[in-house]
Amino acid sequence: MSQDHSEKQPTHKPLHETRRGFLKQSSAMMALALTPPIVLKAAEKDEAIAALFEKVPVSMEINGKKHQLSVEPRTTLLDLLREQLALTGTKKGCDHGQCGACTVHVNGMRVNSCLTLAVMQEGKKITTIEGLANGEELHPMQQAFIKHDGFQCGYCTPGQIMSAVACIREGHANSPEEIREFMSGNICRCGAYDNIVSAVMEVKQGGQQV
Amino acid sequence: MNPFSFVRAGSPKAAIDAVSKDDNARFIAGGTNLLDLMKNGVMQPEKLVDINNLPLKDIQLSKDKLHIGALALNSTVAADSQVKAQFPLLSQALLAGASQQLRNMATVGGNMMQRTRCSYFYDTAMPCNKRQPGSGCGAIGGINRMHAIFGASDKCIAVHPSDMCVALVALDAVVLVTGPKGDRKIPFADFHRLPGDTPEKDNTLGKGELITAVEVPNNPYTKNIYYLKVRDRASYAFALVSVAAALELEGNVIKSARLAMGGVAHKPWRLTAAEKSLIGKTATEENFRAAANVAMENAKAYEHNSFKLQMAPNSIVTALLKAASV
Repeated sequence: MSQDHSEKQPTHKPLHETRRGFLKQSSAMMALALTPPIVLKAAEKDEAIAALFEKVPVSMEINGKKHQLSVEPRTTLLDLLREQLALTGTKKGCDHGQCGACTVHVNGMRVNSCLTLAVMQEGKKITTIEGLANGEELHPMQQAFIKHDGFQCGYCTPGQIMSAVACIREGHANSPEEIREFMSGNICRCGAYDNIVSAVMEVKQGGQQV
Repeated sequence: MNPFSFVRAGSPKAAIDAVSKDDNARFIAGGTNLLDLMKNGVMQPEKLVDINNLPLKDIQLSKDKLHIGALALNSTVAADSQVKAQFPLLSQALLAGASQQLRNMATVGGNMMQRTRCSYFYDTAMPCNKRQPGSGCGAIGGINRMHAIFGASDKCIAVHPSDMCVALVALDAVVLVTGPKGDRKIPFADFHRLPGDTPEKDNTLGKGELITAVEVPNNPYTKNIYYLKVRDRASYAFALVSVAAALELEGNVIKSARLAMGGVAHKPWRLTAAEKSLIGKTATEENFRAAANVAMENAKAYEHNSFKLQMAPNSIVTALLKAASV
């Protein structure tokens, strides 16, 4: 990775030299800022430690728009969307893959964006709740959630809707029982489940393009 | 999450080298369990080696076996028409696990590598011999409702959480791995291990070894199968007890049987003696009950999971009745 950076910046000193110099000069600061095991290793191998904080280039398409990004490896897709790209429609509920509030589509498949790293999305197409409507015209699933009162507080709703659209596209919305099973990864603490099932059933039975 | 470095591996060899040379490097595929554990500080790798670009996603049915690449998604395998037709027990087990979102991320290899969901393993303020060898076991004498009734030790009573693995052990799958010392095949029953004195080791993989595929030999269990999962809610919860049951019937007579349980041991728990006891018997509730009694020999409960001593045999009987369509 450091070589890639060096090649793009031919007028500068090789990055590892700059980095090593910086780390040596600021070793006292580092000792204060970092946890002890990491400091010990830093003394041994500056290069490896510096790599921990190095941002990794990654490109992806989000809601039809191409993004060339540089992210710290530990950034989840959810945090990238919310904190760096201001796409706050996707919600952080549990942050551990247990609630489904963070559901987005990656290459057309619904996933928990809290349990995947942004750097793992190279070349992927991401769709969030912001990318579902056609301009001012709501997606049929959004309309159905309003019609059937498929929410109370609304916090789980973006994840529910993204999951519901995928549920129909997958062919898993053929009965209320099947919808309940395949929507079980989306928790609604207000308990709007009956109305959510009604909304999904209506869109499925309406035969609209989702 | 603690910081870590990240590399994308272009070949299995590059991936193995990257992990072999680094004491604290890990492969990452779906990441659904590893990232969860990293957020909690249970696992703290300093380097992640992304293996998602490796060509290990294929599902192929040949004359004598089904070959599933280690990176095939749980949802893809569950929905595969060949798997549904020839290995329906595997499809059912996969669909019993997690949610569709997680199945769309989780890989077959990653499913095998998932760690226990024991709450003491997850809670870094508590002792856990699996997380920190020598620190003790919080679950023995603690809240152990979800824990093992077979094969536990005085160091660890955690259970393996997978559904897929219960079907794979029942179907005599074989795990293909590659590593610094070359390729090898591991019978599925020998892949996961019992805790003994070293509960920190979940399986028998060596340092730097990478799962490349799982192979399931062809079998006659295409019709009379059932995967029963008993849990605290109707969907999207880990098993209290699960049972993979498969019968080969001639009329009402059992020609052969396969049985395995989940949620009861540190590894997917094959019930070989119970299987043998069913051969030549008729498919009746009475005979299924007798087999369940065989399966429960040597079961041992702890303070909060003694209900499993009844739930497990009852689940075996129910799964066999469903499989036989009696």
